[in-house]
Amino acid sequence: MPSKPKTANTWYLLIFLVLFSLVPVLKTTNYQMLLAAHVLVWGLFAVSFNMLFGVTGMLSFGQALYYGMGAYGAGLCVKYLGQAWFFPGMALGIVLAAVTAWLLGHLIIRVSGVFFTMLTLAFGQLGWQVMFKWYSFTGGDDGVQNIIPPGLFSNKVIYYYLVLALVGASIWFLGRLSASPMGLILRCVRQNPERVRFLGRRVRRNQQRIYIISSLFTALAGGLMSGVDYSIHTDMFYWTTSGHVILMSILGGIGQFFGPLVGAAVIVTIEDVVGAFTEYWSLIIGTVMLVMVLGLPRGLMGEISQLWTRLPGRQQALTTREEGN
Amino acid sequence: MEPIAPILELKGLSKAFGGLKVTDDVSFKVMPREISVVIGPNGAGKTTLFNQITGHLRPDSGRILFKGQDLVGRTTQQIVALGVGRAFQVASLFLGETVLDNIRVACLSKLDQTRKPLRPVSDFKRATKRAMEILDSLGLARYAARQAHELAHGDQKLLDIGIALALEPVLLLLDEPTSGMSPEERHLTRELVRKLWKDFNLTLIFIEHDMDTVFGLAQSVRVLQSGRLLAEGPPEEIRKNQDVITAYLGEEVA
Repeated sequence: MPSKPKTANTWYLLIFLVLFSLVPVLKTTNYQMLLAAHVLVWGLFAVSFNMLFGVTGMLSFGQALYYGMGAYGAGLCVKYLGQAWFFPGMALGIVLAAVTAWLLGHLIIRVSGVFFTMLTLAFGQLGWQVMFKWYSFTGGDDGVQNIIPPGLFSNKVIYYYLVLALVGASIWFLGRLSASPMGLILRCVRQNPERVRFLGRRVRRNQQRIYIISSLFTALAGGLMSGVDYSIHTDMFYWTTSGHVILMSILGGIGQFFGPLVGAAVIVTIEDVVGAFTEYWSLIIGTVMLVMVLGLPRGLMGEISQLWTRLPGRQQALTTREEGN
Repeated sequence: MEPIAPILELKGLSKAFGGLKVTDDVSFKVMPREISVVIGPNGAGKTTLFNQITGHLRPDSGRILFKGQDLVGRTTQQIVALGVGRAFQVASLFLGETVLDNIRVACLSKLDQTRKPLRPVSDFKRATKRAMEILDSLGLARYAARQAHELAHGDQKLLDIGIALALEPVLLLLDEPTSGMSPEERHLTRELVRKLWKDFNLTLIFIEHDMDTVFGLAQSVRVLQSGRLLAEGPPEEIRKNQDVITAYLGEEVA
């Protein structure tokens, strides 16, 4: 992923924040706001995932584990301790996710490539099994309903703005991270781990670090989702959830920081719009993915940015500006 | 007067893959600021020797003393930190990053700033300045904003050397710095390597097949054959050494 001029990403972030903050004002039904909230949460999940995949080259097929932990942290605390425990529960879920990522990271970052992917899948499914079978505690596949955020935040519009603020801040942070020396070394880890060792840096240590950071923001996304939907269910831990963010990232463009966010918006919208007409909406997603991977392999944002740099005179401008500093 | 200590000393270094001895009881000393070359036919164990010095391969027996410290058993990271740098036979770059960032990431590593998560890379003035200086001395400054994969083959090899230089090595190992270059490029690279040796106070060991580069640059030559050290000495002696002529140089320089 080339480090984009930082102004471009700042503009994207601003446009994104403005657009989504207008939703509660312009909406005609509450459902549209719910849809927008889904895009925000999935967007954060996908961007966090892409810090692993697109940036560092670690294809995790088990991020649903952390998403579920965030959601169940909030949900189970509300179920057993009461509504006031919504936010502490979410925080607990995030901390648990970070600790789990730290522990699991030691085990699974020893291997790379497809072995890493299989291990993440295995541990993800293990988590799902536990939640599914432990009916007395988790409610199994009934999930937990009536998870309503406390106080002011029980108002849907206020909770929407909270989601927007937290997602915006998280994406801002991850964007800064991508452009920082830490982001640079992570991209280098993806492109040439052997050379990174020769910079005197430890490859696994860097992979471990981003694995924890990614899982932490993934858990935040899960926690926020429990308050958007007012419910949690074991599907949040299931491997299809992990697969979902992979699709979103590839559709939007894994080489672009905002790609996964755009991919999330497109997929959530397709599912909703097409899902209203036919139950075969996954057929449409499949077709779209096929066209994207074969025809536009850089993803939506990747192709847009490619067009942009191909514009005549643009390359020259870039060169002179970089050399000027 | 106290004799100058060698900067690198190999003592009875041996390594075998199965029955094949790739390094066979190799011992030699390299003095500080020396430019020395390792030559030998393909498969003589030249790159394998480099791999042992830089911790990629662990020798079966023998010692590798760098400034008096044994490198055997240390990780690549530790060896790099002690001041051993390496450029690769096939340029080992970060192809999707800019030319500047290829060097800058090495400068940031040297300054231990690669964990900083919040400020953009361009805010790190010291690393950026240092990276531009290195690009300047390589003649690559005008390509700073290009992607590394856009560079020509020869420039990629220079960039690879640049990454090694950014880590401020005392001893630099170059694996065939002129391979795949035109005679003209070879000449330029030779002069550039000499200039870098002077400007960066380096001790250089390089592997080379191009005899113009070997005899035009090296102050001492070591010849490997089937993992054994066949001969060592100043270039004029090696050129006349009958064993070496038979084994390797052949008609080329005779």
